[in-house]
Order: sequence, then structure tokens, then C-alpha cells
Amino acid sequence: MAHVSLKNVRKSFGATDVIKGVDIEVEDGEFVVFVGPSGCGKSTLLRMIAGLEDITSGTLEIDGKVVNEVPPKERGIAMVFQSYAIFPHMSVRENVAFGLTIDGTPRAEKQRKVQEAARILQMEHLLDRRPSQLSGGQRQRVAIGRAIVRDPKVFLFDEPLSNLDAALRMDMRMEIGKLHQSLDASMIYVTHDQVEAMTLADKIVVLKDGQVMQVGSPMELYHNPANLFVAGFLGAPSMNFIEVQTRDADADAGTAQVANAALEPIRVATAGRPIRAGGNAVLGLRPQYLRPSATPEAGMLHGTVELTERLGAETVVEVALRDGSRVIAALGEDRVLDRGTEIGLEFDPARAHLFPAE
Amino acid sequence: MASRLTTSNRAGWGFALPGFGLIALFIILPFFFAFALSLTNQRLVSPNPTEYVGLQNYGDLLGLAVIELEPERLDDGSIDRDADGNARYPRVRSITRSDDFPQYSGMREWFRWQSGDNARVVIASDVVFMKALVNTLTFVAVVAPVQAALALVLALLINQKLRGINVFRTIYFMPVVVSIVVVSLLWRFIYDGNDGLLNNLLAGLTFGAFEGRDWLGDPSTALGAIMAMSIWQAVGFHMVIWLAGLQTISPTLYEAAEIEGAGRWQTFRYVTWPGLRNTAVLILIVITMQAFALFAQIDVMTNGGPLDSTQTLVFQAVERGYGRQDISGGATISVILFVLVLTISLIQRWLTREKA
Repeated sequence: MAHVSLKNVRKSFGATDVIKGVDIEVEDGEFVVFVGPSGCGKSTLLRMIAGLEDITSGTLEIDGKVVNEVPPKERGIAMVFQSYAIFPHMSVRENVAFGLTIDGTPRAEKQRKVQEAARILQMEHLLDRRPSQLSGGQRQRVAIGRAIVRDPKVFLFDEPLSNLDAALRMDMRMEIGKLHQSLDASMIYVTHDQVEAMTLADKIVVLKDGQVMQVGSPMELYHNPANLFVAGFLGAPSMNFIEVQTRDADADAGTAQVANAALEPIRVATAGRPIRAGGNAVLGLRPQYLRPSATPEAGMLHGTVELTERLGAETVVEVALRDGSRVIAALGEDRVLDRGTEIGLEFDPARAHLFPAE
Repeated sequence: MASRLTTSNRAGWGFALPGFGLIALFIILPFFFAFALSLTNQRLVSPNPTEYVGLQNYGDLLGLAVIELEPERLDDGSIDRDADGNARYPRVRSITRSDDFPQYSGMREWFRWQSGDNARVVIASDVVFMKALVNTLTFVAVVAPVQAALALVLALLINQKLRGINVFRTIYFMPVVVSIVVVSLLWRFIYDGNDGLLNNLLAGLTFGAFEGRDWLGDPSTALGAIMAMSIWQAVGFHMVIWLAGLQTISPTLYEAAEIEGAGRWQTFRYVTWPGLRNTAVLILIVITMQAFALFAQIDVMTNGGPLDSTQTLVFQAVERGYGRQDISGGATISVILFVLVLTISLIQRWLTREKA
């Protein structure tokens, strides 16, 4: 267990800044997920913590000690790679024991630690196999086993499930969650998959273009996204954004009244964001909080049905609004809606998010 | 999408025909020709008809025997010694030309060693062939491991991300592009006994203490000089093969090893070398075959001399077949070389096989 602290960390390749000043605190035993789209710098950041990339400026502390210049091995970290990175010519046992072999650990202790790791990962029966005889999930288990035997202060995972198929990914995701609970170690996990982020994390760090967009617990980020990017990134289907005009803004109450050609005037909270009266703003509505009104004219949003996708327990409806924009509504029931039907949608204004127009 | 052209059997054969035809004409056919000719007394130009002679050509080449010579004795029974105290022995030709020993007829001394008072002499039907065989095997035994190891070192060096690394890659590869004949000519100047570059260089480095020697004219250095040059010339080629092998090793394996704390040597031992296994087998076999085919360097630089110290099998095959117009003799050497290379390659394959 360890505390990891990044203070104003930057990384440049020549004139290109990849990480533009990042501050992140990882507490003892915390599971932190770095999430963001491709190229946001999340993997680079993880590799900087691992010591595989230099830190251009700023400080990285592990357990209160600055480790910017410390080689990977002495940082007390272990890393699991997306491509597993297990050595193809070694048996599973040799792979798991690799770090111990390098350290010259005595045979008996090596055996004991490998057995212990194999027991935790339920792969004792695989120990004498070759990597070529293993499935993707088993290979990733071996890679995790190699990390466990090192008894690291911090586990680093670089998109460990991306190479697995969907069903296996869910199994392994749960395994990693259980592993975190049983080992009680600090873990930093990089993914572009928001489901992994939402389910595994104690704390999510959303990154974009080398900057931290928001840090917080999964539910905090889901219910109170700090900006349009976080709002749009988390949640599936992603949040609807509707351009609206601000009729008035009440700074004291922290609310504003907004409307557009398809939206009846409603009053929503501004959450301290700078919303000016008479200007444009963006209203964010999660598809799950939209529901059809009793009659087309009764709802707050008006439009026609463009497309329905029936998933059994859920029906996803695409609605063309009267102002020309489109919204997605995810209805928690199986429902038949014909294309071209007039529809009204209603929602709880407390569930709506108002962002300044960009 | 399968068009009629790509699925038609006849079209497939049609496309294969030109290449296959040329290979058949210039490689497969001559191979069987050589085999057939080695069983005859065919000469390049001869008024006499060709006769089938069975395995006589092989006997003429491979015939070996050991004879024991007792020292000459004086009348009192003591050993006759020369001024230096060395025993005198009867001349070998007294046996090989004697009618008492028809089985040794025509053989000549290859080398001898002392066994008590007696001398044991190895006589061979064809001493030049034996020397060529030993020289070729020596050449292979030295060049194959040294060239492979050197090429690997170079490949490891140029596999780094450094500014201008391509300059080094080009420089190391350049000798491969130059014709071996040109390289051999240049190295003849380098090895020149009077005013060669190597002599001048060594003299300069030792402040004139090195007296210079005729590298290609001295039987003790000629083969070594040709080995050094051959290694230098082809090392770049094998370097490129090693490099290709190195670049197939996933960079994440190196990162994983780094995180586990592997040092440079451990990384090489546990990541690089196992990853190069198949490349190593390929390189070993290719170098062995190339080394057995040693010819151009000899032809340009020494013509097999001095004192047959740089004779090789391929040089002998050509020399006999065309120089002495003894086509059947040359063919026989080719067949022997083929069997030799095939055997060694099979042994190498077996030794480096994937152990399940």
C-alpha cells in the first residue's frame, strides 16, 4: 500500500506537450482509474508513474519519496500491460517468477510466492503450461500473477482488458475488482472503457488532451459533471446536449430559465457556472431521465420519432426535435413507437445540467 | 475474389513454369549430371569415348591409409641418425611405388607423426583434395561462429534509437553490396607484403617495431587472412537478418523486463536471445552453406596457394573441371561437397530443433 502523488507533472516530446500539468493524489489502497479518449495521455501518465517515460517537469512521489529519477524496479510498482507482455519461451511458472529470478530469490521462497499468487488467481493448474497454450484471459492472469509476486506498493494496469472479448472482459473486470479487495493495494488503472471506470474505481480521473478534466467518485462524476466533456464522456448512451437561450439568470438562487424552439421554458440550477441572461447555453439531459409525456403537447420537449431500438428491457428512441436537433431517450420498458409519430418528452429539471455555450 | 485465372490449375502451372524451368535447367539438371558424370571418366575435350568407371573417382579422391615406417638401422643395429639426431626413415615412395604394395600405388604423403621409434605416415590418393577438405572445414568452423557473433553484436548496436543510426547501418552493410571480386582485389592491396595498408598500419601502431609480412604469401597466415576478409565482407548481411529478428521482439517485453528490474545482460538472456531463436537457426545454416562455397576470394587472391594452404573444395572442383579439363573429377568433388553440406545442415537442424 502506498500513497502516490503527482504535482504539476508535465511531459513534452520536443515542442509537443503531451501532459500539460497534472495534479493527482492516490490514497493508500485506493483504486484510481484514468479514463479518457485515445490520445488523451492516460497511458503516458501511467508509464511516467511506472518509470518507462521520463517526467519533463513536476514531481512524482510514491510514499512521500520523490521518485522522478528512480529506476522502475526501485519504485515499488508492478505493471500489467494490454498485450500481457509474458515471455513466450518461458512456462507460466517461470513467467510468474521472473522478477524473483532476476532478484536471485532462493528457490523455496520463489516456489512459495508463485504458489500463493497462483492460488489467488486460481491458476495452479496452468503453472507448467507454455503461454502459447493459454487463452487471452489466462495470459492476462499470468501477467497479473507476475505483478502479485513482486508484492508491490502500487499496481499499474494499462488497459489490461482491451484485448479480451466482451464476455471474458466482464469476468476479468470482476476478478480485478475482487483482487483489489483481497490485496487491499493501491491500484492505478488506465482504460478508455467507461464501464470499467465506473465499476472498478474508487476515484476516476477524466483526462483530455493531457489535462485533468475532473477527479471524483464515479457517482459524483456521473451526477455532477464539471464540464461538457465529462458530461458527454460518462454514461451510455451519452448525454444529450441541446442549445438553448437563457431568458433570465438568478445569480442569488443559482438558477436560470432557458428555452428554445422545441423546449418549453424551464428553470434549472446553474451549479455556479457563469450563465448570462440573454445568451446561449447548453442543456444536458441524460437519455435515461427522459420519458414520453401522456400527449405530444404535454411534454417539455417536442419532436417526432426518428428511430427506435428495442433491446427488451430498454427501448432507445431517437427523436428529431422541432428546432432541428436530435435527442436520444432511453426508456426503461419495451415500447413500440412508430417512426414519424409526434412525441412529447418530459423530465425532472433537477436532473438537467446547464453549461455555458462553448 | 477468385477469378478464373487464379483458380485455374493450368494458369498456375503456367506462371510457375518460367521460374521452375530455369531452376530445373540450371540447378536440378546439372545436379543429376554431376552425379552421373562422377561415375565416368568424362573429360572436357577428349577423343576417347566416355566410360563408366563406377566409384573409382571417389576412391581416387578419398583414398587414405596409414603406413608405419621403421627407422633405417646401421649395421650394428642402432638407429641411423642425421647430424641433428633425427632418425632417418626410408622414403615413402619406396612403398607407394613398390610392386609389393599395389594397394598404396600412386598415393603420396599427407602428414606424419612419431610413434616411438617408428614414424606413422598418413598417405592419401589425393593430398591436394585432403588439404582442400581440411581448409574448407577449418574455414567453416571459424567463420560461421565468428561471423554470426559479430553480426549479432553489430545488430544489437544499430538497433538503438540514436541520431544518425542509419549512417552506421549503411556503413556496415556496404561491403555486402560490393562484389566479392572487387572486395578481394582491394584486400589483396591491403594484405600486400611490400607496401600494404595492413603492414603500414601495424608498423605505425607499433612505432616501426612491426616488420611487415606477406600475409597472402605465407602459408601460416594466408587462410587466416582470407577468413578475416570474408567475415568482414558478409557480416553486414547477417547483421541485417539479426536486425530483422530483433525487431520482431515486442517492445513491451523489454518494458516488462525493465519493470522487473532486469539488467542489460539479463534482458539479453531472458528476452532478446530466446526471441532470436529462429533467426539464429537460419543464420547458422546460411553461413555454413555460404562458407562451404568459398571460391571467389581464393580465385582472386591466392589461387589456392601458397603450398596449397588455401585450397578449398569448390576451388578444387573448378580447377579440376576446367583447369585440368577433368570434368568427372570436378563433378565428384561437387557431389562430395553436396553430401557434406547436406549432412551438416541436417545435423544443425536436428540440434536446434524445437524441443516439445
